[in-house]
Amino acid sequence: MLNILYFARLREDLGSDQEDLALPEGITTTAELRDLLMTRGEQWQQALSTAGLLVAVNQEVSDWSSKLKGDEEVAFFPPVTGG
Amino acid sequence: MSPTFIQVQSEDFSHDEQYTALRNDCPKIGAIVTFCGLMRDFNDGDSVSVLELEHYPGMTEKVLAEIIDQARVRWQLEGVRVVHRIGVMAPSDQIVFVGVSSAHRVDAFAACEFIMDFLKTRAPFWKKENTRDGQRWVDAKDSDNSATERW
Repeated sequence: MLNILYFARLREDLGSDQEDLALPEGITTTAELRDLLMTRGEQWQQALSTAGLLVAVNQEVSDWSSKLKGDEEVAFFPPVTGG
Repeated sequence: MSPTFIQVQSEDFSHDEQYTALRNDCPKIGAIVTFCGLMRDFNDGDSVSVLELEHYPGMTEKVLAEIIDQARVRWQLEGVRVVHRIGVMAPSDQIVFVGVSSAHRVDAFAACEFIMDFLKTRAPFWKKENTRDGQRWVDAKDSDNSATERW
């Protein structure tokens, strides 16, 4: 199972902070996973089009061509603003 | 004591205690540089009354540890302490502490700034602020990103 996490504005806009998802057929990268989630509706389309959207795989910021095996923790979040 | 200390907490922290911990660390220390980030009551031209901070538990600590490791490669450091608060904050509240001790001040100054620059652009924290017009998520600043380029 993938454990997908959403933070900050994404968490609010999607009304969800996390979900478990079996790696869907044909999905092999973080970009493909994002694109699939975007087909869930207008809210998802908008939230996952956030400028500068970041993805982390197993708590490490990754690029959009990162491969997924299906047992990762995948987090989507906007640019960070701590400090 | 461990030379690297990283803590994410909702409670306030004591600058004195953090400084004392750095000072007691080791007799080789010739310099301690500390930075404290506070909550401002204004941002982007609006007054701000409340700030809320959230983070990605687990990843935050990992990223901070990596930033400190990189600083240790570049400069000769003894103790490094980073404390970052989460939750609800009011103007003048302390948000973040970064403290670095070293044999020499040049290393301590540089490392403290380096850690702070990368904390702001890499560590997964997000700020949300209350203004007169309601709540809004704080946008990342280009100036923060360019601050990391000088390293």
